[in-house]
Amino acid sequence: MAAPRLFRPAARLLSSRLSSTPLRPAFSQTACAPSVLRLRGYATETGAKEVTVRDALNEALAEELEGNEKTFVMGEEVAQYNGAYKVTRGLLDRFGPKRVIDTPITEAGFTGLAVGAALAGLHPICEFMTFNFAMQSIDHIINSAAKTHYMSGGIQPCNITFRGPNGFAAGVAAQHSQDYSAWYGSIPGLKVVAPWSAEDAKGLLKAAIRDPNPVVVLENEILSSLTQFDRLLYGQAFPMSEAAQKNDFVLPIGKAKIERPGKDLTIVSLSRCVGQSLNAASQLKQKYGVEAEVINLRSVKPLDVETIIQSLKKTGRLMCVESGFPMFGVASEILALSMEYGFDYLTAPAVRVTGAEVPTPYAVGLEQMSFPQEDTIVNQAAKLLRL
Amino acid sequence: MEFINPTEVSNIPTYRVMDSDGVLVDKTRKPLDIPKEQILEWYKNMLTVSVMDVVMFEAQRQGRLSFYMVSAGEEGISVGSAAALTPDDVVFAQYREAGVFQQRGFTLKEFMSQLFANQHDNSRGRNMPVHYGKNYPRTHTISSPLATQIPQASGAAYALKLQTLQNPDLPPRIVACYFGEGAASEGDFHAGLNIAATRSCPVVFICRNNGYAISTPTLEQYRGDGIASRGVGYGIDTIRVDGNDIFAVYEAMREARRIALTDGGKPVLIEAMSYRVSHHSTSDDSFAYRARVEVEDWKRRDNPIIRLRKWLENEGLWNEDIERDTRDQLRKAVLKEFGEAERELKPPLRSAFEGVYEEITEEAQEQMKDLKRILETYPEEYDIRQFKDGINGL
Repeated sequence: MAAPRLFRPAARLLSSRLSSTPLRPAFSQTACAPSVLRLRGYATETGAKEVTVRDALNEALAEELEGNEKTFVMGEEVAQYNGAYKVTRGLLDRFGPKRVIDTPITEAGFTGLAVGAALAGLHPICEFMTFNFAMQSIDHIINSAAKTHYMSGGIQPCNITFRGPNGFAAGVAAQHSQDYSAWYGSIPGLKVVAPWSAEDAKGLLKAAIRDPNPVVVLENEILSSLTQFDRLLYGQAFPMSEAAQKNDFVLPIGKAKIERPGKDLTIVSLSRCVGQSLNAASQLKQKYGVEAEVINLRSVKPLDVETIIQSLKKTGRLMCVESGFPMFGVASEILALSMEYGFDYLTAPAVRVTGAEVPTPYAVGLEQMSFPQEDTIVNQAAKLLRL
Repeated sequence: MEFINPTEVSNIPTYRVMDSDGVLVDKTRKPLDIPKEQILEWYKNMLTVSVMDVVMFEAQRQGRLSFYMVSAGEEGISVGSAAALTPDDVVFAQYREAGVFQQRGFTLKEFMSQLFANQHDNSRGRNMPVHYGKNYPRTHTISSPLATQIPQASGAAYALKLQTLQNPDLPPRIVACYFGEGAASEGDFHAGLNIAATRSCPVVFICRNNGYAISTPTLEQYRGDGIASRGVGYGIDTIRVDGNDIFAVYEAMREARRIALTDGGKPVLIEAMSYRVSHHSTSDDSFAYRARVEVEDWKRRDNPIIRLRKWLENEGLWNEDIERDTRDQLRKAVLKEFGEAERELKPPLRSAFEGVYEEITEEAQEQMKDLKRILETYPEEYDIRQFKDGINGL
């Protein structure tokens, strides 16, 4: 977890070696170009293939259901309807109604039930149609799932995974468009991951299911580009390496990934904002010849402080991009950490690009202005770099 | 010792006034005490909602608005129940009660302005489509999260009760609270009914039991004798009615309102049985989980609009020609308002800053000044003609 790292003196933190993921080098070629620009294709000679986030999540669920009899999926519409976003497609047919369970519209009921099953030794995967609805049952997630292991003196583990789309979707206004990264990220006892690409989605969801702790998997529903019907990030295809296609592929929780290396500016981001940041980085290169390093956080809690600080040390400039509200958010936390551990290396004040301080409006024009857009990122970066 | 086995307890009966042929069931009952003009108005209100639903569903499919929800098959519940309310009665609706708004005088222009988020939209372009709201007749703006309106309705009813205690000259008022049988699974339903019962709040809960919560059929939604049996458990006066029978819904609501105002106030539960002919919303394709033939059967066999039409025809008040003309007129009226609302100016620029708090914060005021300065400095760069009052709207 983050805590021991946070207590370590900054000097020791910076001297500690960066451990890369065992399965995949952080600077691998496939990850450098923004995949949104790629066309969908078939397997290449390197063995990589294009996989949608939806299929990656589906694969992860199927593999873990197959490999561990204690797991089961539960939520509204997950079985017969194949999931509101079709993430659980085909699972009912394959694993039957004992492992893939439709529930009444009672978030408090099925979340509480899933937590109870976890406390009794099963490994439930609790799906929310969106994390906005999880507010109906957040007491079970925070007061029960996150804390029981601690309060019981360690005798009651709670191996549970909460997953579903998080953040804003298109045209669904204030009550359906919120980013809960900071909410769950602030709770001791929870782990929180936020995948962006198909590999992230598969590796992190599998890790979450295997992790003995309660893990919140904040997926994302939309990607702001193209037409309305292409906007579902679940339907977005990403290249997936041969290693990631195997059923033993797991990503470590707590490790960020450098999606694009650079020397002039560090952009830290998560979930769908990673794609926007990568596109912004290409524009910065094109317009100003600036090399921005883009870090995909992958994990909100524990937070990979080393990777951020190492990058900051190299570039001297830090920008954090997220879609949550501006105050007390993931970006606020990262900026605070940069003060604590990287102050002497900063050559300009760090900045954050976040959602606006307003309940998300419905009208398209207003909605767009409420969240970071690529030009917001580019313009703020230019300002930061005094270009 | 004897356990009560719910399967051995007889089911709560369903109150009906007319059958599916539009014929009064009880030949010995006293005649309907509803003026004919009023019944014709109900019928037209149901038709209006139905026509608007078809147009707007298609408009959503064309990408002209992000979302829409139709209420096909449930117009009878919303129109019939709202007809028994006074304008001072307070309504908390869910999102499938366009008929309540229609019956309470919400105009096509108001519907369309909300759907297209233009300058006449009460919610200033901030709320999702179909989340209507109006100051008077008192109708709270619809909230997306399921069932939150139920305990809130109990609270609003409690407030009405206290106001009446303090000022007995006020007209008697109740709260009407709408929700579906799926929402009745949420904890808020149980909390809301219990608090209304224990605090004796003048509130009528109207459950539209339409058979499906998105894809979940009632068989998987609950056990026991529907939602009505819950009301009995909480000590609440309860009735089950045939939701396709607008007379039954109206009479039940009228009586419920009377009961809710007796003894200083008490809650009532109405479970109105119907069938959701439509998809859940524009985000749903219900043929993925139910047979098309099942839906077609219901459309043909029984439907609140057809049933009332049969009654009207039996009475000699309606015929095929009037039906066709009325539908034509309504369709034209809807399309006219649709076109106008789509072309209408957007709310003034300042409304982008207003409303987060009662007063505009200092920060937002600074931002407004900045924006004005930028717009004045670079008038060629920004096209603000589409906003009401242009730069002066800031």
